[in-house]
Amino acid sequence: MLEIRNLSFAVSEEDREKEIIHDLSLTVEDGRFVVITGPNGSGKSTLARLIMGIEKPLSGQILFDGEDITALDIPSRAKRGISFAFQQPVRFKGIRVQDLLRLAAGKNLSLSAACTYLSEVGLCARDYIDREINASLSGGELKRIEIATLLARQTRLSVFDEPEAGIDLWSFQNLIRIFENMRREIKDSSIVIISHQERILQIADEIVVLADGRITKRGRPDEVLPGLIGKSAPVSACEKLQ
Amino acid sequence: MVKLDAIQKRLITEIADLHSIPAGAYNFRANSQLAGRNTTANIDIVSKADGSGIDVHIKPGTKNESVHIPVVLSESGISETVCNDFFIGEDADVVIVAGCGIHNCGSQDSEHDGVHRFFVGRGAKVKYVEKHYGSGDGNGKRILNPVTECYMAEDSVMEMEMEQIKGVDSTERTTLAELKSGAKLVVKERLMTHGRQNAVSSYQVNLNGAGATADVVSRSVARNDSSQTFNARITGNAPCSGHTECDSIIMDRGHILAIPSLEANDVDAMLVHEAAIGKIAGDQLIKLMTLGLTEAEAEEQIINGFLR
Repeated sequence: MLEIRNLSFAVSEEDREKEIIHDLSLTVEDGRFVVITGPNGSGKSTLARLIMGIEKPLSGQILFDGEDITALDIPSRAKRGISFAFQQPVRFKGIRVQDLLRLAAGKNLSLSAACTYLSEVGLCARDYIDREINASLSGGELKRIEIATLLARQTRLSVFDEPEAGIDLWSFQNLIRIFENMRREIKDSSIVIISHQERILQIADEIVVLADGRITKRGRPDEVLPGLIGKSAPVSACEKLQ
Repeated sequence: MVKLDAIQKRLITEIADLHSIPAGAYNFRANSQLAGRNTTANIDIVSKADGSGIDVHIKPGTKNESVHIPVVLSESGISETVCNDFFIGEDADVVIVAGCGIHNCGSQDSEHDGVHRFFVGRGAKVKYVEKHYGSGDGNGKRILNPVTECYMAEDSVMEMEMEQIKGVDSTERTTLAELKSGAKLVVKERLMTHGRQNAVSSYQVNLNGAGATADVVSRSVARNDSSQTFNARITGNAPCSGHTECDSIIMDRGHILAIPSLEANDVDAMLVHEAAIGKIAGDQLIKLMTLGLTEAEAEEQIINGFLR
């Protein structure tokens, strides 16, 4: 279980601190599929990075399975069972798909196991296992490999930062199918996805709407989605002016 | 012949990936003496009359055979220059593994300067692997200055893998290649320097015949206070194509100078060069750390991959 308590985060901007996350609290129970959505600049990606430890909060606490992990670095959080999929997957010269999957699994990975993870994300292992994770791979391919590394890790909490960003329509269909599968096999692990995509929002147990670093709404898709769809932004212009 | 001791055996393992006597032809040299030689029906190795090195003759049409010529120096204060010539017959297809390992525990410098000349026959295919490795904790320097010359006949192919990853204090490598029509040269160089090491690598590739191609790619990592210079020139004297690339990771207080250059003397010469120097990207480290690796482990994986 993930518990975020009164979390605040700020960046320095022209001699002053600009707060990105304000006193935010959120609990993600085991077995839950939670989608965090909101307009650009609402602090969604920052929140995801705070959970993984890539950013350090100004104040507040993050608890994972009851343990305070606020002061822990990235690898310590990873070892406790948190994984993170980047919005823009990183490229590496010389590191092959199989190397990354092996590092993700934390052990020697059999070819058939690697094959399972890759076919899960719609990639043929024979074509990809020896490929370098470099500029020769398309955005969609990188995204799928990124997701395969999370499958290989099999952690208690998986955080995806905008998995749909930068992929084509065809890859997107596959992406939805991957998340539907994950949703089915979630068991006692939990998934947090930062997304704008209606089809991802629809399969959530809970949608959390973020605006200006605060939670403005949360609930089941049937409660939250009608208020979001058809609007130009999750927050009305009048609300924003107040 | 000399029996190899434990240090010498370890050096041979490092430079030639050999754990035992290889199948095929070989010539071992340890502390300036012949330590073992084997010839086959198709590959002959003879010492030069003046004692300066060996001549390796590979018969035309020889397929799937290998030649290993490792050199190890385990005594301090040895300085030697060796000239080895390889005559590769037409349509042969062979692997040649050379390398030098120096273990210097003493206070005097140890130096091995090897000159390798390849005369590659028409249509022949050669894969040449060269590894350099230094170890030992003495104050004496470990110096390696290899010179490689390739004279490639029509439609011959030469693939070179040059690797120097550890422990060599000073190296100045020079590679010259002359290609006739249809010949193809592919060079893959891997270099890592640390401490106060200094490495210079220069290439001059002359594409002299129509359809000749060359691809010279170097990847290097400069750590600590080490210094590297990469100087590659491809000259196109005929309708040909050439590409050179130098990609480096700089760390700590390292110094890297990359000078790729191109020269065209024919209107149909197509030549390209690329060079990039940069530190390890922060997001690469973060990505591997999210998989549970420490920062140091992540750095190691990135370098290992880069130098693969």
